[in-house]
Amino acid sequence: MNVVWTREQLDEGVKRLASQLVTTLVGVPRWALVGIRDGGVPLADELADEVERLGARRPDRGDVDITLYRDDLYTGLEKPVLGDTDLPFPVTGCGIVLVDDVLFTGRTVRAAMGEVWDFGRPDFIKLVVLVDRGHRELPVAADLVALSLHTRKSDRVTVDWDRREVRVEPGAG
Amino acid sequence: MERKDLLGLRGMPRAEIEALISTAARMRQVGERRIKKVPTLRGRLVVSLFFENSTRTRTSFELAAKRLSADTLSFNVSTSSTAKGETLMDTARNIHAMQPDCIVIRHASAGAPALLARSFPFSVINAGDGINEHPSQALLDMLTMSDHWGALDGRTVAIVGDVQHSRVARSNIFGLATMGARVVVAGPGTMCRRELAALPVTRRHTIDEVVGEADAIMMLRIQRERLGKAMLPSAREYAAFYGLDLDRLQRARPEVLVMHPGPINRGVEIGAEVADGGRSVILDQVTNGIAVRMALLYHLLGREGPVDEG
Repeated sequence: MNVVWTREQLDEGVKRLASQLVTTLVGVPRWALVGIRDGGVPLADELADEVERLGARRPDRGDVDITLYRDDLYTGLEKPVLGDTDLPFPVTGCGIVLVDDVLFTGRTVRAAMGEVWDFGRPDFIKLVVLVDRGHRELPVAADLVALSLHTRKSDRVTVDWDRREVRVEPGAG
Repeated sequence: MERKDLLGLRGMPRAEIEALISTAARMRQVGERRIKKVPTLRGRLVVSLFFENSTRTRTSFELAAKRLSADTLSFNVSTSSTAKGETLMDTARNIHAMQPDCIVIRHASAGAPALLARSFPFSVINAGDGINEHPSQALLDMLTMSDHWGALDGRTVAIVGDVQHSRVARSNIFGLATMGARVVVAGPGTMCRRELAALPVTRRHTIDEVVGEADAIMMLRIQRERLGKAMLPSAREYAAFYGLDLDRLQRARPEVLVMHPGPINRGVEIGAEVADGGRSVILDQVTNGIAVRMALLYHLLGREGPVDEG
C-alpha cells in the first residue's frame, strides 16, 4: 500500500478546487454541488464549506446514487444496495457541478449525468474530482482535478476521508 | 440475494425480506420524480400471465416493470374448460419461446408458479396461487407497517375475515412471523378454523377480541360469491359481526393502522368512514405495491450477463 497524498496535501487540494470553482462559476446565478454516492459526498460537503469561506454564496447541495443507472447490473454478483438520491432544488435552470472522489473509466459519471437529466434540464453540468487516475473508457473529462495519477488499471485508488489520505494499492494485474 | 423466483414467504430468511423492504423504500423515490423511470432493466421482458381476474396486481407489476424500463407483455388466460396442468405448461412453453426474463403468474391452483419455476429458466413471481400465497402483497403490507413503525418486532397484527381461504393472510402470517411480529386472526368459524393452529397465529373468535390489542388491523375482502351460501349468511350479518366500523375502531389503539388488500366492499368488511378515515393506509398500500414489485424485479432479474468494471 502506498500513501500518495497525506492530510496537508488533501486539505490544500480541496481548497484549491474550491477557489477554482468560485473563479470558474463567477457570474453564474444558481449552481449546485452534487455528490456522487458514496465517494463524492464528503468532497461535495467540504467544497460547499470552502466556497462559503471564500465569501461566495453557499451553493445548493444534492447527492445522486447511480445504482439504478449502472450499465453493469447483470453481473451475477450480489446486488448493490440502493442509496438515496436527493436533489432538493429545481434542477431545471440550475448549473450542476458533479463531484466524485476518483475519476476512472467514466462510466459512473455517464450514469450520474443520466440521472440528473431525469430530474430536469440543467443549464450545464461540470465535473470536479479529487483524483483522476486515467484509464477512461468513455469520452469524459473532469473540468477540475486536484491530483492526476498514473496508475495501472488493476490498481486500487482509495480516498480515505477519515485518515485524510489518498492511497494506491497495487492490483494483481 | 441469489434467488431466481419468488414463490412465497414461507421459509424466506429475514435478511432477504429486510433487503426487499429497504430496496422498495428506495424505489418509491423513483415514483416521486419528474421522470418516473430509471433505465435499470432496459431490454428485459416481463410477462404477466393471469389465469384469474386481477386488475390492480397486474397493473401494479406492469407499472413496476415499466418504471425500471423493462418491456411488458400481458397474457389474460381464462381457465374455462381445458385441463389446467396441460394448458399451463403449453402456455408457458409458448411464452418461453419469446424469451422472457420473468413471468408474473396468478393461477387458481396452488403450486402452479412452483411448477413453472422448476421447469423453466426464467424468473417466476407468484402473484397469487389458489389459497397458498400472495407474497408481493404481504411484502407491500410489511413495507407499509415498517414506514410507520420501523422494525416489526413485537408488534401485533390482526387479520380479520376469511383467513382460511386467503393467500394474502397466509403470506402475511409467514412473513410477519419471520419479522418478529405476532399475528392474531379472527373470523367466522367456517373461515377461521382450527387447522390454522398449524400456522404461527393466535386464533380468536370475534373481531372485538382482536381490535383492542392490534397495532394494525388487516381486513380481508369477503368474496361476495361466498355470501348467502353455507359459509356466510348475508353481507349484513357479516358486517354486524366481523365488519370494522367506526364504533369498533374507537375501541382500537389510537395509532392503529387500518389495512385492506383491496378491492374493498364498503359497508361489508369495512365501513366507508373507516376506509376513508385517518387511520386507513389503504392507498399507501397501493403506492407501496408498485415500489415492492420494483424491488422484486430488481433483485430477481439480471443474474447473468456481461461484467463491467464500473
